[in-house]
Amino acid sequence: MTAGNGTGRPLLEVRNLVQEFVVRAHGGVRGGVVHAVSDVSFEVRAGETLGVVGETGSGKSTMVRSVLQAPPPKSGEVWFQGVDLAGARKRRDLVAARRQMQAVFQDPYGSLDPKWTVFSIVEEPLAAYRTGDRRQRRARVEEVLDLVGLDPSVFGDRKPGQLSGGQCQRVAIARALTLAPALIVCDEAVSSLDVLSQAQVLNLFERLRAELGLSYLFIAHDLALVKQVSDRVAVMYLGTLCEVGPAEELYRNPLHPYTKALLDSIPSPDPERPRPRVPDELAGEPPSPLDPPSGCRFRTRCPRAAEICAVEAPPVRAARPDHTVACHFPLSPAAPVSPVEQSGDSAAE
Amino acid sequence: MTTQIQPDTATRTADPDAPLLTIENLEVTFRTRDALVHAVRGVDLTVHAGQTLAVIGESGSGKTVTSRAVMGLLPRTATVRGSIRLGERQMVGLGEKELRRCLGREVGMIFQDPARSLNPTMRIGNQLTEAIRVHLPMSRRQARERAVELLAMVRLPAPARRFHEYPHQLSGGMRQRVMIAIALACQPGLLIADEATTALDVTTQAQIMDLLLDLQQRFAMGLVLISHDMGLAASYADQVAVMYAGRVVERAPTRRMIAHVRMPYTRALLDATPRLERPPHAPLPVISGRPPDLRVLDPGCAFAPRCSRSQDRCQHERPELTEREPRHEWACFFPCADDSLPGEDER
Repeated sequence: MTAGNGTGRPLLEVRNLVQEFVVRAHGGVRGGVVHAVSDVSFEVRAGETLGVVGETGSGKSTMVRSVLQAPPPKSGEVWFQGVDLAGARKRRDLVAARRQMQAVFQDPYGSLDPKWTVFSIVEEPLAAYRTGDRRQRRARVEEVLDLVGLDPSVFGDRKPGQLSGGQCQRVAIARALTLAPALIVCDEAVSSLDVLSQAQVLNLFERLRAELGLSYLFIAHDLALVKQVSDRVAVMYLGTLCEVGPAEELYRNPLHPYTKALLDSIPSPDPERPRPRVPDELAGEPPSPLDPPSGCRFRTRCPRAAEICAVEAPPVRAARPDHTVACHFPLSPAAPVSPVEQSGDSAAE
Repeated sequence: MTTQIQPDTATRTADPDAPLLTIENLEVTFRTRDALVHAVRGVDLTVHAGQTLAVIGESGSGKTVTSRAVMGLLPRTATVRGSIRLGERQMVGLGEKELRRCLGREVGMIFQDPARSLNPTMRIGNQLTEAIRVHLPMSRRQARERAVELLAMVRLPAPARRFHEYPHQLSGGMRQRVMIAIALACQPGLLIADEATTALDVTTQAQIMDLLLDLQQRFAMGLVLISHDMGLAASYADQVAVMYAGRVVERAPTRRMIAHVRMPYTRALLDATPRLERPPHAPLPVISGRPPDLRVLDPGCAFAPRCSRSQDRCQHERPELTEREPRHEWACFFPCADDSLPGEDER
């Protein structure tokens, strides 16, 4: 279980990631270039969970897929364990890296082959990487099934159709664990589960993190859920990162107006708290990524927007230690705002 | 934004205190190839004009089946027993023709996935006009004018232009607004929203809920929110009914329920919900196990196998939903203490 690489660099380092898709116009749908991810930089340190929140269409799924090189990004660097995946055109490097970087997706039934048994689903990565002989593989599959709380003697021969959503998701997690990866990418991995199975799976993620020293890149649209598992949280809007900071601090003192708007929109189970209020500016939906606003992408819905926001994209600034924000007029900056270089985020360590 | 639409008072009952919707001892079973699935097992619910009732439960708890039974939207394999009254009218056993006449006029429904509820090949204006003309004697032109009014009422931007667009040209939030316009086309007294904001983003959800509550107050509608989200219920509903395995297990006014949870299942749901107030990495208190097999009718409490408070009695005898404190009903022999969890109330 090698997490970092000894040089003090983060496990995953993403610099200036750009992903764009060309779509053709047809049937009343506009064509053009979808600016799905525009110049995004962040890092995941060994043993930590970075949560990414954002609304539908903010580009969070596209971003993690670009990180996984499926498909590779248009430009930018993705350094994983000291190898630049985006630059590494050598297939062997990519295959080796993918072994250390596994993913769990949203739809538990859709991501498992309905005709395979749980045992063969979990065994497949071992077979694909030609790891061990039959006996060793069997032992490993039983080990990881135990780890995710599924009794191999009970569930090994079942097929996904005979499992509940939560159990399917456990199988998907077991499959991600078989190769002993350093990083697990979770794209809305618990979003389709009921409250109780969701809590069970979230606790499982936390336990595995502690036991195996895993790192997670955890994508979800639910802010409370992301806070539950994250050390740091990144907020994404229309293909750009608005704010990245320590979870507790970012939720208590959001610096970006968008983060605040998101937090204010969540209904609380405490009826004494006021009803969610959406500022009038935020009414309506985000602009199309086909034609993102000039300057700051959030300016068309931002209550604080001024002239400069339309002209100039706000640089990423370190507002507090380990807390960056991309906004010309951030909320309550406690520390003096000083610009940092785009690629120099990690230099702060 | 004023509309000429008046609430259709004729379909309301004369007595203003009489409930809009009364469900009594509702049972729904589904025939499958090898067994009977008892999806709803004796549900009682009432909704009054101007009231918002949230029905909370996990998948398989019977909340959606209950609402579909009200709308007569169950498949042929379903058997419905018990009583569902809309005002004075008994809905169970009503023929399809009569059912169609009431639906839309007296009760409207919106669903989770607006993209699938709308016809992708029809302009939204035509879909809305159709919904109006099925129920109301209006000329095409009148219906069209009304449709644009309705689109304005649900705060769809540029309604006159959107009228001519297809569903795929609208965003998810806008489609849900169109669905609300269709559901409210004939001013029903009751609106059922089945996970209507689940697929939407939080900021959009807040806007749609704002709109729903605003319309509800304007037209003194009864509103039923079917949801799995305790946060949504706590923020928007007057009353909460929690369902488990086809039964209502606890019901109370929202504030009372959250502050004085008595049913261990409700407690478990609340505890397991991630909240903004919780620090990161604090393990979620969660019960193990799964909801029971709905094919089996056990004599005891359905929650007993997962319940930390269960005792022998719970295995053999089923606790009835009873009003044990003023306006607070629960179905449990060994309820949680009133001052539930320390620190939970006094945040």
